[in-house]
Amino acid sequence: MSLLELTDVTRSVRLPDDRILHILQGVTLAVDAGEHVAIVGRSGTGKSTLLNILGLLDAPTTGQYLLEGVPIGKLSNGTRTKRRGRDFGFVFQQFNLLPGRTALENVSAPLLYARGRQFWSRTRLAAEMLERVGLGDRVDTMPDKLSGGEQQRVAIARALVRGPRVILADEPTGALDVETGGEVMDLLDEIASQTGAALVTITHDLAVAARAERQYRLTEGVLVPISLDTTSDWVGDVPTLVADRSARTERRLPEPTDEAGVPA
Amino acid sequence: MTGVVGAIVEAWGELRIHKLRVLLALIGVACAVTAITGVTALVSMLNQSFKEQTERQSGRVVTLNVNAWSMGENATPPTGWDAEFERVLERYDITYASRNEWTQAMIRYPDGTRTTQVQAVDADLGTINRIVPEQGRWFTDADEEAMAPTLVVNEAFLEAQGLSDLSSHPTVQLGDRAPVRAAVVGVLRDEWADAEPVAYVLYDQFHRWIGPDGSGMQSGGSGPAVQGPMSAQVPSMYLWVPTELSTDLGDQIKRDMQAVAPGWQVDVQDNNYNTGGLDRATKWVGIGVGAFALLLGGLGLVNIALVTVRYRIREIGIRRSFGATSGRVFFGVMLESVVATVVAGLVGVVLAVAIIKNIPVERVFGGGIQDMPPFPVSAALVGMAAAVCVGALAGLIPAIVAVRVKVIDAIRY
Repeated sequence: MSLLELTDVTRSVRLPDDRILHILQGVTLAVDAGEHVAIVGRSGTGKSTLLNILGLLDAPTTGQYLLEGVPIGKLSNGTRTKRRGRDFGFVFQQFNLLPGRTALENVSAPLLYARGRQFWSRTRLAAEMLERVGLGDRVDTMPDKLSGGEQQRVAIARALVRGPRVILADEPTGALDVETGGEVMDLLDEIASQTGAALVTITHDLAVAARAERQYRLTEGVLVPISLDTTSDWVGDVPTLVADRSARTERRLPEPTDEAGVPA
Repeated sequence: MTGVVGAIVEAWGELRIHKLRVLLALIGVACAVTAITGVTALVSMLNQSFKEQTERQSGRVVTLNVNAWSMGENATPPTGWDAEFERVLERYDITYASRNEWTQAMIRYPDGTRTTQVQAVDADLGTINRIVPEQGRWFTDADEEAMAPTLVVNEAFLEAQGLSDLSSHPTVQLGDRAPVRAAVVGVLRDEWADAEPVAYVLYDQFHRWIGPDGSGMQSGGSGPAVQGPMSAQVPSMYLWVPTELSTDLGDQIKRDMQAVAPGWQVDVQDNNYNTGGLDRATKWVGIGVGAFALLLGGLGLVNIALVTVRYRIREIGIRRSFGATSGRVFFGVMLESVVATVVAGLVGVVLAVAIIKNIPVERVFGGGIQDMPPFPVSAALVGMAAAVCVGALAGLIPAIVAVRVKVIDAIRY
């Protein structure tokens, strides 16, 4: 049994003019504990929507999503929210640190929604986590006094402080230079492997994607497995995409259709 | 447990971060609570001041005033009047009572002896009429057993004696034919400008040493009275009785006193005037002022809270990603408002206490308040409760806005 399992998941939204926009179509994906999976795709191809569904921030329109074998459709809103807090850690492109709060307060913020020992020991746990990401000397520093790389480290510490089963990283290096991005990914990989958490990275950076054990490309809202040649065909520091495992051509999101599926 | 504590910690953190917002909320709501609490306290003090001023004129509520006047021109004073007075006090268990006899006495001043108005009373009049001397003291029970009469005089009397205070322990000469010396033990404030000299003397001392005609003949004098014989009179009586018994006691005491005064008409009046209308009016004025101030404070709070929530949409989205349920977000946003108003309410109450405790009572109320009413704890509690309610109501709208935010949109906001 996989940790996360999507089967034929679709996500559609109704536009103001009553047309239906199909964001995801028939997505099937399984992620096991401790696995690192990368999903690449251009902007607007539904990567973030897929990540939101994985992180229980959004729900599929059709299809099945099993979390440790449990269909999430059968969970109440409250249970989904609690599992989101307990089982998932989010790392955002823009860090999304809480303004006006120190690094320590930011990292301890998720523990305010925990229970028992985690709640009462939140300051100590947050300090330990900051130490672990190499920011033990910046606990009382405000986010705006930290560099981009340091802010993302704080965000990583915050994502990991509750000991999640899955880390969902949405363009974690998108706002960083190549070198800092590499350091951040090293840290993310290291801590994920140490904690045994699954890491799902969404990126349009092939170098970042190449760190994962498995890569997928999202095209027309359809997820397809790909392989990145990380040994021979590099252009500079970036690996090249040598072959999709399907014959689909990469495109932006499909055109909206009416309810019968006819393109508008 | 952790949910509630977590929400409070979160709310406190938000308030700490948004100090300016808290300060603005504090100003509005604290002023409102100060108004509602302070005005209630002031109204209470005003009522007490008014009550005490009234009681200085007509005695405590309820004081029965027993008067008697003769039905015929040659009526003689009833002989058992004073004895019946004592029996009435004992019979009806009346603690504070005083006879009151307006009379005159010959008193020597530096510029000669002249007739002066004297009021013969019992020591309890000080309690019944809330008499607080400007200098010295009022009579005590011990004075009644003293070997010489004691006097409490007004400022005009003291001035006429060429004195300004009691530091020299002055004595004055009473009576003309066989004078006695009386010690002045207290000075009362003049009731109006250019007041005539007035002296108070204990009723029993007056009759023992000075005499009903003011000549001092009881002390051994034998000469003619300086004035013609005064018309027959009996002292009026002031009796401080419980409010609920005043009507029945009035009727019974009237019958009892009438029985010992044949040929005299005895009348009993009380001072239980209905001042409830004033109390209610001032109370509603206080509540009205406070409620209006609270409304203004609350509106300001809603305004600030709404603006802040819109500013914090991304933060709310991030918290939702941490596992904050919609209930927790709703409770958290509302609790911020409530915590702010509770702090504001506390500040308001402290401010109201500081103002009330430092108010120049004499200047504001035109006289001291003898029995200062305690700070109205109930008003403080009402103010705090109102602040919490305003906080909850003011937090309701932004809390609903916060819950309606879509998590995904909020994170991208």
